[in-house]
Amino acid sequence: MAIDLNRAYQLNPAAALRPEPFGALVYHFGNRRLSFLKTRELVTVVRLLASHDSAAGALDAAGVPAGQWPRYAAALAALADSEVIDAR
Amino acid sequence: MPADQTMSAPAAPLTGQFKAGLSAPICLTWELTYACNLQCVHCLSASGRRDPRELSTQECMRMVDELERMQVFYVNIGGGEPTLRPDFWDLLDYSVAHHVGVKFSTNGVRLDKQAARRLAGTDYVDVQISIDGATADVNDGVRGIGSFAMARRAMDNLAEAGFGEFKISMVVTRHNVSQLDKFKRIADAYGARLRVTRLRPSGRAADTWDDLHPTAAQQHLLYDWLSARPDVLTGDSFFHLSALGAPLPGLNLCGAGRVVCLIDPVGDVYACPFVLHEEFKAGNVREPGGFTRLWRESELLLRLREPAAAGACASCGQFDACQGGCMAAKFFTGLPLDGPDPECVFGHGERELAKVCLPERPQSGPGHSRRSAPVFVPLGRIAVRAAS
Repeated sequence: MAIDLNRAYQLNPAAALRPEPFGALVYHFGNRRLSFLKTRELVTVVRLLASHDSAAGALDAAGVPAGQWPRYAAALAALADSEVIDAR
Repeated sequence: MPADQTMSAPAAPLTGQFKAGLSAPICLTWELTYACNLQCVHCLSASGRRDPRELSTQECMRMVDELERMQVFYVNIGGGEPTLRPDFWDLLDYSVAHHVGVKFSTNGVRLDKQAARRLAGTDYVDVQISIDGATADVNDGVRGIGSFAMARRAMDNLAEAGFGEFKISMVVTRHNVSQLDKFKRIADAYGARLRVTRLRPSGRAADTWDDLHPTAAQQHLLYDWLSARPDVLTGDSFFHLSALGAPLPGLNLCGAGRVVCLIDPVGDVYACPFVLHEEFKAGNVREPGGFTRLWRESELLLRLREPAAAGACASCGQFDACQGGCMAAKFFTGLPLDGPDPECVFGHGERELAKVCLPERPQSGPGHSRRSAPVFVPLGRIAVRAAS
C-alpha cells in the first residue's frame, strides 16, 4: 500500500508503542503482529501523525529533511500494511 | 515470532540491538503450575506434582499488573498443565483485560465443549495444543496412553466452537520426524497452524534425549522440510540448522535473557524456558523490585547480553549463521557453552559429546516428577522384545 503524504494518519487504536533503546516495538493487539520501529526519528514521526492534518505535516514537525521523505514514506507504507497506522 | 522489520533511516542491524537486550522481554514464558495430568518423558520442566510454594491468585494478578506496566504485550502460559489451576480462567480474563494477551499451551485435558465456547468468545487469546506424534501410537509412547485421543477431542471442540486458527505444537523426535506431513495434514484439516519445535535435553528430557533427538540425517530432512514451508511456525528454535543454507525465518539467535525469559510456578526467573537450573536462575519475582528489577539489573541476564565468544567455533566459517546453537542444549549435554551445539550440522558437537562422560552432565534432578516416574521404551525395542 502506498502512503499519501497529504492525508492524515494515526497510530491504530489497537496498536501500542513500547520505547526501546533503538526506537520502539509496536504490537497490534488485533492481528497480533509485532513490528519494529528501527529509529527514534521514526517513532517521533509516528507519534506526531495524530496531531497533524497530513503525514507531510508530521514529517515536517519532526524535522525530517526533505531528502529523506521518500524513505520515511516507504516506512510508513509498511506500517500501514501491517495496520500499525491507518488513515483517519 | 511474526515480526515485520520496518526500515527507515540507516540503523544498526536489529539483531545487534536485541543482543544488547530490551526494556522488557518480547517472548516471556510463564509457567503457572508444576501440576500435570501427564508425565511426558521429555518434559522440559519435569512437571507432575503441584509445588506448595506456587504463586497465589493474588500474586499472579500483581504479576500481570507488573507485565502491563512493562508493556509485555503477551505471555506464553504453560506448565505443567496450566488449566489444572482452579483460577486459570480468571487469570486468563484478568490478563486480557490488562492488555497482556495470552497464548497458552495445553494437553487439552480441560478443553471441553464449554471451555472451547468460552475461548472462542475471548479476544487476544491463542491456544496451542501439544501432540508429539501424528498417530496415537507414536504420541502416546512419549506423552502417555490416551493423550492423543484427549488432544484430538480438544481440537474437535475448538473447531466446533468456531475458535478460528489455533495452534498445534509438536516437538521433533527421532520417532515422529517421518510424520511431519501427517502433522501438517491434521493442522490443515482443522484450519490450525502447525508449530514445530526442537527437543532440548532439559528436565526429564535430560534422561531421554539420547534416544529421542533426531539423527544427523533427519536434521537435514527437517531443514529442507521447514525451508519449503515458511507458514509452519518454529518458535525460532532451529537456528542451529541455519548453517545448512539460507536461514530459516526468525531472529536466528539465542534469545535467552535478551528477548526471552521464563517465570516458573514458584516465581523463579530463568534465562529461558529450557534452562531450569540454578546456574541460569536470575532470582525470584517475590524479591524487592520484582520481575522488572531482575530483567533490568540481574547480573546473570546482563552477562547473557554481552557479545558471546565463538570459542571452539571461531574457526568455523558458519558461526555467523548458527551462532554456536542453543545454550541449553550444550549445558545439559555437558558441552562447553562457547563450543558447538550437540546437534551441530557439521558433526563437531557429536565429536565433543563422545568425550563427555555421562556423569559429567549437569543433573536436572527429579524436579516435580511424580514418584512413579515414567519410563520411556523406544518403539523399536518393544518390537525386538516381542519378537524374541
